[in-house]
Amino acid sequence: MPGVLWLAALFVAPLVIIAVISLGSLDDAGHLVLGQPTLDNYARALQPAFLPAFAKSLYYATTTTVVSLAIGYPVAYWISRYGGRRKIALLVLVMLPFWTSYLIRSYAWMIILRDNGVVNSALIETGLLADPIQMLNTDFSVILGMVYGFLPFAILPLFVSIDRLDQRLVQAGRDLYASGRGAFLHVTLPLTMPGIVAASLLVFIPALGDWVTPDLLGGADTTTIAKIVQVIFTSGRDWPYGSALGFMLMGVTIVGTLAGLRSLRRELIG
Amino acid sequence: MSVPFESHGESVPEIRLSNLTKRFGDVVAVDDVSLTIGSGEFFSLLGPSGCGKTTTLRMLGGFDLPTSGRIELRGRDVTRDPPDKRPVNMVFQSYALFPHLDVAGNVAFGLRRRGVDRREAQQRTGEILDKVHLAGYERRRIHELSGGQQQRVALARALVNEPQVLLLDEPLGALDLKLRKRLQIELKRIQMDVGITFVYVTHDQEEALTMSDRIAVMHHGRIQQVGRPDDLYDRPTNSFVADFIGSTNLLGGTIEAVEPTSAIVRLNSGDRCVVATTGARPGQTIQLSVRPESIGISGANGRAADPPGPDYLPAQVEQVAYLGSAVQYLVRTHGGLGLTVLAGKNGSRFASGDAVALAWSPADALILGDRAEAVVEEAS
Ligand SMILES: Nc1ncnc2c1ncn2[C@@H]1O[C@H](COP(=O)(O)OP(=O)(O)O)[C@@H](O)[C@H]1O
Ligand SMILES: [Mg+2]
Repeated sequence: MPGVLWLAALFVAPLVIIAVISLGSLDDAGHLVLGQPTLDNYARALQPAFLPAFAKSLYYATTTTVVSLAIGYPVAYWISRYGGRRKIALLVLVMLPFWTSYLIRSYAWMIILRDNGVVNSALIETGLLADPIQMLNTDFSVILGMVYGFLPFAILPLFVSIDRLDQRLVQAGRDLYASGRGAFLHVTLPLTMPGIVAASLLVFIPALGDWVTPDLLGGADTTTIAKIVQVIFTSGRDWPYGSALGFMLMGVTIVGTLAGLRSLRRELIG
Repeated sequence: MSVPFESHGESVPEIRLSNLTKRFGDVVAVDDVSLTIGSGEFFSLLGPSGCGKTTTLRMLGGFDLPTSGRIELRGRDVTRDPPDKRPVNMVFQSYALFPHLDVAGNVAFGLRRRGVDRREAQQRTGEILDKVHLAGYERRRIHELSGGQQQRVALARALVNEPQVLLLDEPLGALDLKLRKRLQIELKRIQMDVGITFVYVTHDQEEALTMSDRIAVMHHGRIQQVGRPDDLYDRPTNSFVADFIGSTNLLGGTIEAVEPTSAIVRLNSGDRCVVATTGARPGQTIQLSVRPESIGISGANGRAADPPGPDYLPAQVEQVAYLGSAVQYLVRTHGGLGLTVLAGKNGSRFASGDAVALAWSPADALILGDRAEAVVEEAS
């Protein structure tokens, strides 16, 4: 039962609070009024003007997920197969960036990537470049920052599913005339699909809601839906509106995720 | 898969293992194994757990590289070939069926990887499932099958590729006794039907004796003896084989007197017996095997007049176990030697404490090739 209580306290309660606020409104003095529930905020949130920001969010989250899987899978595979007795130590190493705050890591990337930053200086110093390339405040820097931040979320579930895979199944694949590549494609990959799904969700969802990285590494012109929500909450001080937008974002995420899972399931079983 | 090989007529065996050795660190799992296996043979590797059977099979399948030695299939050296480049398929110990595929997907896996088109793969899958009595199970998932059915799928998945050699690692080990007995017969039928060479690993001597054309008995990574089932039973060459194939009484002793076709042995217990032999030398220490069913047991009263001598041993019954079709007696001779005797249930019955006389035909006492010390080691 304690599990249920924790879940209620940490997950359900905030959701309920946000749901209630999203139905509220502001009086002339800017104070929150919860007495007369209204759907106005949702109507306001359904603005076509938000579509580009939403598209940008999806683009960042999707790219981050794909890149994290592409990097995370080989890393997890390598740790599982060749880590031997050092598996746990290697996993701790993967988690190491988490020992500093996300904010500090983002600032660190700013210092590395800016025009007179570490990378550009080094390239100009060695004569490889005449003028700095703009790396900061691009899609590249945002995705780099997100991948860096969320990669461990991908590696851990991938590691678990790869490590659990019975190697005899892969050997059976080889026995049945699959090449190394064929056995990976037809045995390892489908059997580690649960890990891939989990990794995707664990990267995609926080990436979609991440406003720190686009803000710090994407520059002022980069607008994602999460950043809009954040601005509405803080500078706009319009909690009901922000809550409604946040709630809708979550709804879209959940529906999209479920649809993705279903199609994956069909692929695996069908 | 058609495999190019040079035909040298009968002289090229299906499988030839030459001085095959596999070490895992300090452990010598397979120790200098040399074997030839003929085409269409049902050949078993038999031995207790840990004796190196699986490792030998895995080297044949290409999953483990030998530390040294050579593997040839029809004269072609495949020692270092990967599994997918060998005309060999394996039925794994716990089947290793693909949980993400249904029965048909499992069976067709090898065909599809070799580029057989979907339609033909489907047809051949249907045929082989028919052969293993699983027609209609194509769409079942693996976890929906019983152990016996999974075993058949594993068999079908390998056989459908029409390999030159089928490797089976304790394929019936996970099944209950009754099902095992039935599948033994069925496996043998299928093997004769398809005519593929089977290399069958088991630790169950009865299973090996029932099914095999020939058996290699392994112990500590080494081959102890290779032969037909009746050879191994009737003419074991060492105490390990004598004891492992069926059960036997192992008796240490010394040759006391030699006659043209027999010898009198003084057993370590002090008892004497006669064995049929031609090459014995007086004073030679030997190891005898006498099967429990070869020992005759009778009431001691009939013999009371005879002096105890080499033609019979006076003894006392210590324990009686009724085995259904036979009666097993544990007896102890006056010299203190413990023996197991298996008697037909229609003969006279004895009870614990009865004085009895034991006798066996000299031909049933087999002199083994190894020394008494070996036995002590096995027994401990
Ligand atoms: N991958 C391995 N690593 C280390 N030792 C192994 C390995 N495989 C087998 N062995 C050892 O080799 C010996 C033979 O094992 P195995 O061939 O599996 O025996 P069997 O199949 O007859 O029971 C055992 O002592 C086992 O512990
Ligand atoms: Mg084994």
